[in-house]
This record gives sequence, C-alpha cells and structure tokens, in this order.
Amino acid sequence: MRALDHRRPATAQEAVDLVARHPGATFLAGGSNLVDHLKLGVASPDVLVDVRRLPLDGIERVEGEDGAVLRIGANVRNSDLAAHPVVRSRFPVVARALLAGASGQIRNQATTAGNLLQRTRCVYFQDVTTPCNKREPGTGCSALEGYGRYNAILGASPDCVATHPSDLAVGLAVLDATVVVLGLEGERRIPFDELHRLPGDRPGADTTLARSDLVTAVELPLDPDVHRSTYTKVRDRASYAFALVSVAASVRMEEGRTTDVRLAWGGVAHKPWRARRAEAALAGQQITEDAVRAAVDLELETTTTNRDTAYKVAMLRNTTVMTLLDLAEEASR
Amino acid sequence: MTEQQTRTISPRSIGTSLDRVDGREKVTGTASYAVEHADVNGTAAPLSLWLVTSTVAKGRITGVDASKALAHHGVSAMLDHTSAPRLAQTDNAELAILQDDRVGFRGQVVALVLAETSEAAREGAALVEVTYEQEPHEAELREDNATYRPDKVNPDVETDTDEGDVDAALAAADVVVDQTYRTPYEHNNPLEPHATLAWWEEREGREVLSMFDSTQGVHGVVQALAPMLGLENDQVRVRAPYVGGGFGSKGEAHAHVMAVALAARTTAGRPVRLAVTRQQMFSLTGYRTATISHVRLGAGRDGRLTAIEHAVQEQTSVVREFAEQTASPTRMLYAAPNRRTSHRLAQLDVAVPSWMRAPGEMPGMYAHEVAMDELAVACGLDPIVLRERNEPDLDPETGKPFNDRRLLDCLHRGADRFGWSTRPAGPRARLEGDWWVGTGVASATYPAMRQPGNQARVTALDGGRYEVAIGSVDIGTGARTVLTQIAADALEVEPSDIDLAIADSLLPSATVAGGSSGTSSWGSAIVAAAQLFREDHGAHPDPGVHTTASAADDPAAEDYAFHSFGAVFAEARVNRWTGEVRVPRLHGVYSVGRVINPRTARSQLVGGLVMGLSAGLFEESHRDPRFGHVVTQDLATYHVASHADVLDVDAEWLEESDEVFTPMGSRGIGEIGIVGTAAAVANATFHATGVRVRSLPLTPDHFLDA
Ligand SMILES: Cc1cc2nc3c(=O)[nH]c(=O)nc-3n(C[C@H](O)[C@H](O)[C@H](O)COP(=O)(O)OP(=O)(O)OC[C@H]3O[C@@H](n4cnc5c(N)ncnc54)[C@H](O)[C@@H]3O)c2cc1C
Repeated sequence: MRALDHRRPATAQEAVDLVARHPGATFLAGGSNLVDHLKLGVASPDVLVDVRRLPLDGIERVEGEDGAVLRIGANVRNSDLAAHPVVRSRFPVVARALLAGASGQIRNQATTAGNLLQRTRCVYFQDVTTPCNKREPGTGCSALEGYGRYNAILGASPDCVATHPSDLAVGLAVLDATVVVLGLEGERRIPFDELHRLPGDRPGADTTLARSDLVTAVELPLDPDVHRSTYTKVRDRASYAFALVSVAASVRMEEGRTTDVRLAWGGVAHKPWRARRAEAALAGQQITEDAVRAAVDLELETTTTNRDTAYKVAMLRNTTVMTLLDLAEEASR
Repeated sequence: MTEQQTRTISPRSIGTSLDRVDGREKVTGTASYAVEHADVNGTAAPLSLWLVTSTVAKGRITGVDASKALAHHGVSAMLDHTSAPRLAQTDNAELAILQDDRVGFRGQVVALVLAETSEAAREGAALVEVTYEQEPHEAELREDNATYRPDKVNPDVETDTDEGDVDAALAAADVVVDQTYRTPYEHNNPLEPHATLAWWEEREGREVLSMFDSTQGVHGVVQALAPMLGLENDQVRVRAPYVGGGFGSKGEAHAHVMAVALAARTTAGRPVRLAVTRQQMFSLTGYRTATISHVRLGAGRDGRLTAIEHAVQEQTSVVREFAEQTASPTRMLYAAPNRRTSHRLAQLDVAVPSWMRAPGEMPGMYAHEVAMDELAVACGLDPIVLRERNEPDLDPETGKPFNDRRLLDCLHRGADRFGWSTRPAGPRARLEGDWWVGTGVASATYPAMRQPGNQARVTALDGGRYEVAIGSVDIGTGARTVLTQIAADALEVEPSDIDLAIADSLLPSATVAGGSSGTSSWGSAIVAAAQLFREDHGAHPDPGVHTTASAADDPAAEDYAFHSFGAVFAEARVNRWTGEVRVPRLHGVYSVGRVINPRTARSQLVGGLVMGLSAGLFEESHRDPRFGHVVTQDLATYHVASHADVLDVDAEWLEESDEVFTPMGSRGIGEIGIVGTAAAVANATFHATGVRVRSLPLTPDHFLDA
C-alpha cells in the first residue's frame, strides 16, 4: 500500500494552508470519486486533507448585498440537499438533478463541493494504461478516435473531448449560482459559469480553482419572482447511469411569453453548457416546438460530432423541446 | 461403482417450494466464499497475490524489473516467465501462463506479485516495470476478416450444415427476408469475482495442491490443472462450497487459477489467495464474442418457410479457440426443407472468449427470432400464426421425434395471459403521452442435456439419516436444495433426513454446473445411487453401508430429440423525444419438464428473463481495437439492468413430466429463461415505433427518429 497521510484540519483556513504547503496534498470529502481514483492509480496524493468534518454543512437563507440567497455549505450531502424543502419548492431543478444522479447510497456519501469537482468519467482517463492528456499532459487523447459515446460535442479541443459528469452542476448553471471559495488570499466569490472551464490546450484543469482553493459554499439567489425549473436526464438505463445528454431549464412566463429563460446542457461539453444563444432566441417568445427547435439549432451550429456522438444532436434537440414544452405548460397553469 | 438403470421416482418433496437449505448462511453472511476461508494449512495467514497484466496486445516481453516492487513494504516475491515454476504441459495456452516471453493479448498475465496484504500486493504490482517489443496486432472483428472455418463449434457440434438447395428455394420464394443482425461483446460479471485460495503440502511423500475456488465445477478444475502441473488428479483437491454466480465464466479454470497454483508452489506451504478485480474480469475470465448473423428466410405468401439460412461471423482468440455455436438453434427450431448454417471466425489477438449465458442460443435466437418477426410483417401474419405454420413434425436437425415439443402450447398460453389478442396488427399504433407502446413475442428453445460422468454415493447414517454425496457445485441456483429434494424422494425419506455433501473434488465426480445440465445430470446419478442402495441394503440399512452409482441412459432416450421450449412476451415503451426504452411487462411461459422446486425454478426463469432484458437493452463491452482491450471495464460503463429497469417480470411453466429424459421428470432450467428474451424486446420496440433495429443493445440513440 502506498503510504498516505490523512489529516483532519480543525478549520477551513488550516485545510487551505495544508494543501498549499504539500505539493502532493488534496482535499477529501465524501471520497466517492477520489477513493476510486486512488485505487485505479488515477490520483496518487500523499496527503489527504479530510474536510468532511469542517462545519460546512448548513443550508440557510442569508441576506446578501444583492438580496437574499440560499447558502449551501460545501459539505451538505447530495441526499440532504435534494430533500431540503426550500430547494424542492424554489429550485426543483437542483433536487431533480441530484436525484437523477448516482444511487441512494452514493448520494448519502457525496457532498456538494465533491459533486461539482468530480472528474470526468471518460474511460481512458480512468484507465492508466492508455494515453490521456487530462491525466498525463502531453500523452495524447485516446477518446478522440476511441470509445466516444459520452464525448463532448461542444467546446472540445483536439487535446480533450471529455465531458463533465455532474448532474448537479448542470442544474446550478441555470440558477446563476455563486461559488464561495477560500484561498490563500482569503475568501472570494466566483460566478458559477466561471467555475468549470473548457479544455483548450490545458485539459488537466477542470476548473479555474487553484490547487489549494477550498470551496466552502454555493449560493443561490432567492429571486422574489417564481421561476419554473426542471431537469431532464437521458441515459442508457432507467437509473444509475451518467447522462448521454441532459437539459436543465428555468423559465418565467407572462401572458404566454417568456420573460426569463435559461437553458443548460449536460453530457455535451467539458463544463455544463449554458446555451445562451438559444436563450436569446427564445427571449420574449412563445414556447413552441418550432421555436425551441430553431433556438437549439442556433446553439448547435458550432458542434463537432463523429460517428459515435452524432446522435447527441437530435437527442439534445428533442429533449430540450420536450423539457421546455412541459415547463411552459406548467408555467401557464 | 455400478451403472444403474433408474426408475421414475414419485414426487413427494419434489414439486414443493422447500426453503433454500443454505438460505440462512447466505443471508446472515456466515457462508464462506472462496477467499474467505481462513485457518487453512496451519496458522500462517494467506499471502495475497496480485496479477500484473500486459499493456500491449501482441509481442514479446523484453524485461521485467521488480526492484521497486520488491522494495515496497510487505511485498515478498515477484514471479515472471523466467522465474515461475515450469508446467508439464502447455497446450492450453490460456492456462499456460508465465512459461515464455510471448504476449498474446492485452490484459494477459505477465507477472505475479506476492505480499502480506492485498494492498501491498496491488501497489507492488503497479510498481513492476515490464518492457515489451510490441508487434502489430489485430483486435477488430469485421466481415472481411472473419473467414476462418473452425473444425467444430462449441460444445462439439458441426461448424456448417447444408440441406436441400437454399439458393434455389430463396430464388423461388414469394417472400424473402434477407438481413444482418449484430450482437455486441458481453461479459458475464458474476457478483462474486473469480477468486481462489490455494496451498501446497506434502502427504505421504506426494505433493498435494488444495484449493478453494469460485468455480462451476470442482472436478473440471482438477482435470485442467493436474496434468499441467505434472500431478495425478488425486494430487489436487478443489472445493467450492459457496459461489456467487458464474454465468458460464466459472465453467472452466481460467488463467488466474493457474496463477494461484503456481505462486503457492513457491511459498513453502503458505496459502496464497487472489480475487480478480472487476477490471481484470474483462480480459481474464471469458466473455461472449460479438456476432454478425446473416439471415435469409424464404417463404410462401402463407408464411410457410421454404428456406432458412443463418451464416454467422464472430471471433476467437489466437491464444485459444472458442467458437460460439450461434447458428445451432436455427438448425432445429422451425421446419423448412432447405436449410444452411455456417460459422466463420476472425482469429484475433484478444482475450480468450468462453461460455457465457447460453452460448450460441442467446445471440443466435436473437437473430433468428427477429428475422421471424420481419417475416411475419412481410407476410402480413400474426407472429404466433407464423410460428404455428412452421411447426415441424420431427426435429429438423436429427430427424428424430421431439420427446415433448410444446412450443405452441407455450405461445398460446402466453398469448392468453399477456392479452395478445387485443394487439394492434400494425406497428406504431399506440402513443400514450410521450411514449410509443408496442408488444412483441419470441420463441425460446434450449437443448436438454444430461452429461455423462456423474456418480453419487449414498451412505446410511445413524437415526435413519443418509449422507448423499456428489461433487457438484451450487453457484447460487439452488442446486443444494433441489438435490436434497431429489435425494429425499429417491430414498423415500424426508429432506431433513438428508445430509447433502457437494462441492468437493474428493466426492464422487460431477460435471460442470453449466448448459442447464446440472440438475438432470447430478440428480439422475443421485437417483441411481439411491435406488441401487435400496436394492443392496433395503429399507433399514446398517449405519455405514454405502453405495456409489451412476445413471445409465434410458435406452428409449436414443430415439428422441430433447429440448425445452418457451415463449416470451414483452411490452416496450419508447419515448418519442428521447428514444429511451422501458419494458413495463415481460412474461415467459416455459416447458421444462417437471419443476422440482417452484421457488428456485421461478428465480432461475425470472433471472434469465432479466438477463435477457439486460442484454437486449443495455449490455455492451466496447473493445478499442487500437489497444486491444475492453475499455468499458467496470459496472459504471458496462450497464446491466438496474432495479428501475426491471418492472413486471413473470415466469410460469406448463405442468408436465419428462420421464424419458430423467427419473425426476425434469429437463433442466437455466438458459431457457434468457434465450428468447432479447428478441421479444426487440420485436416489441419495432411494434411500438415502426423502427427496426438490427443490432443489440437497443439504446436510446437508435430511436431518435421515432
Ligand atoms: C457508481 C457511481 C455513479 C455515479 N453516478 C453519478 C451521476 O449519475 N451523476 C452525478 O452527477 N454523479 C454521479 N456520481 C458521482 C458522484 O456524484 C460523485 O462521486 C460525488 O458527488 C463526489 O462527492 P464526494 O464528496 O464523494 O467527493 P470526493 O470524492 O471526496 O472528491 C471529489 C473531488 O472534489 C475535491 N473536493 C472535495 N471537496 C472539496 C472542497 N470543499 N473544495 C475543493 N475541492 C474539494 C476532491 O479533492 C476531489 O478532487 C457517481 C459516482 C459513482 C461512484
């Protein structure tokens, strides 16, 4: 067995300092992703900085500068977050995204921050006997011409076609969430859209965080207006599978027209894909099958597909139509 | 040992749902599986073994550097092809590991690491540096490279058959279906991984190898290993008291068993244990080849078949040949005067395929039964009527009468129960909400097999009890329970009076728990021994007297073809937006002879239906031909049905008794539950959507234009 140091810092700041000080240190939360990687040899830290006992497990309403927010601690378990009454009533997209993911047991173990920072499920990333630029920069991308069913079709690069696997992240993308981070320089807030990044020529980095940045919370604006939101996940089996594609949507309607529409896609890119061009096309419009199709196609103008991923275009278009038609109907009820 | 002609026994415990005799041990966790056996051969805790596997698909090992591994805390030894014990025989190249520097597939065992803990062994294995001289390899099955004609196909049947004039019949046919069907690579994935614990000792001046192995047949492991290790069979003892599933992958010893035997030979009597990882199971413990079935059916407008052709292309490994008998069910299922089947293989630099869940019948029936559905559509006939019109009088393959062919009874009963008569004739007729709804049917058949080479021993104990011993294995099917019932009825005592001893190669020899042949083969031997015992020792035997016997074949059996039959009905719903497929109802009706224990039988049949559903909708191993190994090598990427996918699944059977086949009247239950299922599901998705998908699995991407 590889010798591992397991540390349990008393404060968040201590956790940050520990990771900053040890080049081979990494944060450990529920471990449901990281421990797999230890076994597979995908990650080989020599210090595990266990943050699970830090008091980052509250869900509370906080009055912020720009109005009220729901502040979700980094350690809140996926199962608790999905069951929270405010989350269920105000942010059904979050509850549904969580419940569409993993299994009951894993959701009991997994944390909010761990979920957002879980790594790609690309089979080559997880198989240390094959080249992978994300795992070992410069070795090449095996997925580009390999098993591609789960590959990205938007924003990929010749160096990496991996997709981000989190369902929660796709849900949060339509809520204009903010990520609260504690770093060496103190606390800062990152708009959710800027947490994850596209691979470019640095696919090793999934996010814009520094190695010793600790996520402490996620904040959701508690907009006084009611937004209808939901999450649709398409997968190979009815449960316990990662998304082929997924759609998170949030709408507000007045007199049959949208006053606010937000759309994010999962399973298609290195990060949750906020479909801003499609949103713009639907702004102020009635939600009809044709309108949604046209909006989606606008967003999909820049897709790159191959034999394995071509299906995602139609699947995404159809699923977005279905999801928005359902939401619009709900909103007009 | 005597061969005994058996008489039909009268059922008393047989036919009742006796609780599983090992149920308590299993649910309380006290049943010990292979590597859970502690305290063997003295006090030393077992050493842990880890396999180092090749990272090239073909080539030569040029160096193995274990210096870092050996420096790692807890690692005690590394064995490679230069240091492992030599084998006396190497013809079985799958098992003859570490004997030379050749690499035949990616994932092959190239070195072994022994350590005090499994963690140390794993890390040690990761630290072994193996260098290779790589050679170009071929790991992709294509229509243009699957041209090799094997001498025989599994288990030992003709590669090709040809009767009448298929081409002429097709040219003259009113209706022709000419299509290609594909099934993917599939891996067995039993819950308990392959696992072995072994130690060597000296007894009476001879070396003895003892093992606990997770296997479907203890005697088979002895027979495979002993000659290779230069031993007599009685120098190897294999036990398998509990086995957490096999599905064929534990039907034969694979390389990891030899790895443990070789490693343990170097540890001066200290036991060695190994549990293969899930990832390693994708290259070391067998799998099903992908198949390409070219099917041509010719028929009159009335649907009567005039020609059946099934030409199969699939793959084997250059390391060891295994040819799946994919076209074999096509040889006997329906009547047609002109018929042709063939098997051609690509010989690839890949892991060795083996038995998996109804080898042959499973992919073959899928292709044939979807083609039949296409023929029904082409002729404008109900699929059940089409099957009625093609019911043969004699077995088309052997020309013998079937002993008890009740396919139509199964179809009719199932149709009744399923509500088939209200089915819309055409496809794409029902949309409920966002879901297209349809139903499908397929036939199922599986040969009834009784293996030669089974013996049982009955010994009188005190107090009217009996020990009944046979070296068979219960891999979770319920064999231990069912054999207890057979023994009780054969001796005319209560099941509680039977001490059943199984799963040890020191016991009278038994064949593999495979091919749905176990209960028929072992049960007949038990009946033979029990009846001979009563003849020899009467109703009140002295404690200690015993009789060993095997069952002679019923001479009447020569004159018949024995097969089980079934009919599977499925309802499929396909989401018109996302293409997702759900199967809310799956119903199987089976003719399997007498059912010995309804509880375990139902569990077998429902399990088969679930596996067939799983293969139909989800299961697929993706081999990356550039590397040569399967890259979907865990249960997060190799999807099997989840609970949420398994909805209303039910199985029933016809009341019957096949007394020519076995003295119990039973014919064996296992594979029959799986063989028709994928086709029924596929046919239901066509009926729902009007989209005919000719490859498995039926994933959502196929139905996006629906
Ligand atoms: C079989 C299986 C199926 C799954 N299916 C799904 C699915 O369908 N959908 C889905 O979305 N997910 C799925 N998951 C993934 C699961 O959601 C993640 O494993 C889980 O959310 C990770 O949370 P954790 O707390 O266990 O993280 P850990 O494994 O502890 O950590 C994950 C990463 O986050 C980092 N980290 C953790 N906390 C912090 C912090 N506070 N600040 C900075 N870095 C931190 C760690 O260093 C590590 O790199 C599945 C997982 C498994 C094993």
